[in-house]
Amino acid sequence: MQKLLKNQRLFNIVVPLFSIILGILVGAIIMLVSGYDPVTGYGALFNGMFGNPKSIGEMIRAASPLILAGLAVGFAFKTGLFNIGVEGQLLVGWLAAVYVGYALDLPAIIHVPVSILAAAIAGGIWGMIPGLLKARFKVHEVIVTIMMNYIALYSTADIIKRYLYAGNEKSFPIKESASLASTFLADMTNGSRLHWGIVVAVIVAVFMWFILEKTTTGYELKAVGYNQHASMYAGMNVQKNIALSMTISGAFAGIAGSMEALGTFQNMTVMSAFTGTGFDGIAVALLGANNPFGIILAALLFGGLTTAAPQMNFNANVPQELVDVIIALIIFFVAASYLIRYILTRFSKEGK
Amino acid sequence: MSFLDILSIIIPAALYTAAPLIFTALGAVFSEKSGVIGLGVEGLMVFGAFSGVLTTLLLEGNMGEITPWLAILIAAIASGIFSLIYGVAVISLRADQTVTGVAINMLAVGLTLFLIKKIFNKGQTDFVDFRIDKVDFPILSDIPVIGDIFFSGIPYTSYIAIAMAFVVWYIIYKTPFGLRLRSVGEHPAAADTMGINVNRTRYIAVILSGVFAGVGGAVYALSISGNFTGHTIAGQGFLAIAAMIFGKWHPVGAMAAALFFGFAQSLGITGAQIPFLQDIPSVFLIMAPYILTILALTGFVGRAEAPKASGVPYIKGTR
Repeated sequence: MQKLLKNQRLFNIVVPLFSIILGILVGAIIMLVSGYDPVTGYGALFNGMFGNPKSIGEMIRAASPLILAGLAVGFAFKTGLFNIGVEGQLLVGWLAAVYVGYALDLPAIIHVPVSILAAAIAGGIWGMIPGLLKARFKVHEVIVTIMMNYIALYSTADIIKRYLYAGNEKSFPIKESASLASTFLADMTNGSRLHWGIVVAVIVAVFMWFILEKTTTGYELKAVGYNQHASMYAGMNVQKNIALSMTISGAFAGIAGSMEALGTFQNMTVMSAFTGTGFDGIAVALLGANNPFGIILAALLFGGLTTAAPQMNFNANVPQELVDVIIALIIFFVAASYLIRYILTRFSKEGK
Repeated sequence: MSFLDILSIIIPAALYTAAPLIFTALGAVFSEKSGVIGLGVEGLMVFGAFSGVLTTLLLEGNMGEITPWLAILIAAIASGIFSLIYGVAVISLRADQTVTGVAINMLAVGLTLFLIKKIFNKGQTDFVDFRIDKVDFPILSDIPVIGDIFFSGIPYTSYIAIAMAFVVWYIIYKTPFGLRLRSVGEHPAAADTMGINVNRTRYIAVILSGVFAGVGGAVYALSISGNFTGHTIAGQGFLAIAAMIFGKWHPVGAMAAALFFGFAQSLGITGAQIPFLQDIPSVFLIMAPYILTILALTGFVGRAEAPKASGVPYIKGTR
């Protein structure tokens, strides 16, 4: 056990696993205290995640934007920045994808990539602003990105109402040629809303791994994240790297928005509150230890939990908000990994 | 419409919307002054709104008009206790404060909705019968001109909020406790050397932030929304943090900023009645607080500096 704790790599796997177990345990206690049967509750939840092809399809569909949101948060984390503005970048990306998908007339092979690119650019710009402010004025990115979230929420709602309004609080739908939806995938999963977005998400995950691990730019970004002064001394342009990191992170978040625009919804609703995907992205990135492949697994878990929650409500009568509580608890335990480290060292000492 | 008529619409509306923001911003000031980031106040506000509405619904049958005031007190205590979860994580367990703040916000919304569904079998509560009403301040509201603008149609909570800002200012800048609080936030190691218990001071500050944010949430629910849903508190806490920053981490400054944000928010609603504001799309007024906060941080509206040890857990013996 002592050896295990010294191994940082292993610890990166142990902490998330322990956090999930603790989160589920505390969730069970909450169910017990409020008079529900945890076994029935979790049984229904599990069934809702893996019970039939449709639920698996829905799980993967819900995971696609979560993967991208997680990658956005994780990328910024890796470079020493905390992008809490994924939510806003996602919203502007969503709007940009809907606009390009609706207004342009192109063959599908070009229309889809162009719409995704538009989302990436919009999200990238939305992420670049806090990046530039951090680089130039040393303004903390957390506060600026939170403020940018609200600006995105209100301005996208206003733009839809003014220029893209199709009635019933919705924008015009995108054209068929820009859609990621697939009858093939839907049929394969008994009529779920699964779309090609998952392929995009996996490509972006590989892209992130490639940038960070295999390119000079990635090395510089990480170096600036570890130690700004040392990086500057080594001749790196710290300001440029901070702005670049936030831009890439924002672009990932923008692409997450295009998943909703081109895949799941095919339009955009006039939002009065946040989607929550951006904040779940923080959970995903933490649980995935900021590793692209860890993030994919974590997003599948959270995507599954979220889509299975109504099932649990329906079959076991447990309010679906329990899932939000469990997700919050998991983040909480990952953040407080000191607790897990402490418990593990205690156990290993007693074992001697 | 005369200028005074306009003022008598705008100012009461601003005072009305600003009260919850002021309370919550003061809570955030306590927490941040001690070096603990106050991002969790949104969740603490949610918990306060929930406890406030729940208490009122349970007791108003017997207690009548006094219930909402009692409910605010209970919300303060409940949120103070709830904030301990945050305190234990960030102070004792040295968790990342920003991440934990986000987790607390998610936990508060999830847990309260879970409980609402458990208790009422639906996604929102009923409306409370007894609210914190808008009142005409006795005697003062009869003063010509000023009475109509500052003392008519405003709930008492708004005056209490403004008074509290000065109380908090006194506590933080004029008492020994306040001096300890600030020293722990600026240089915890030095404070420790002087015999100040860093972690205990931070715990007190976090609990105080829970109490104040709880009051803010309860005041919002009982004077503005009247019931509790998952969307009752949607960003009010973050707006309060914005006010705290715009007010440069100073209680009175935060109060003034909250008043201004309340003013901007209420303009989004009352703006349609006012001549020259009718032409400005309300979305710009609603976005104004957020844009102004960014400008404040950037230094265009005077430089704002956070307490130095903000966000850093204190580990004895490290430099």
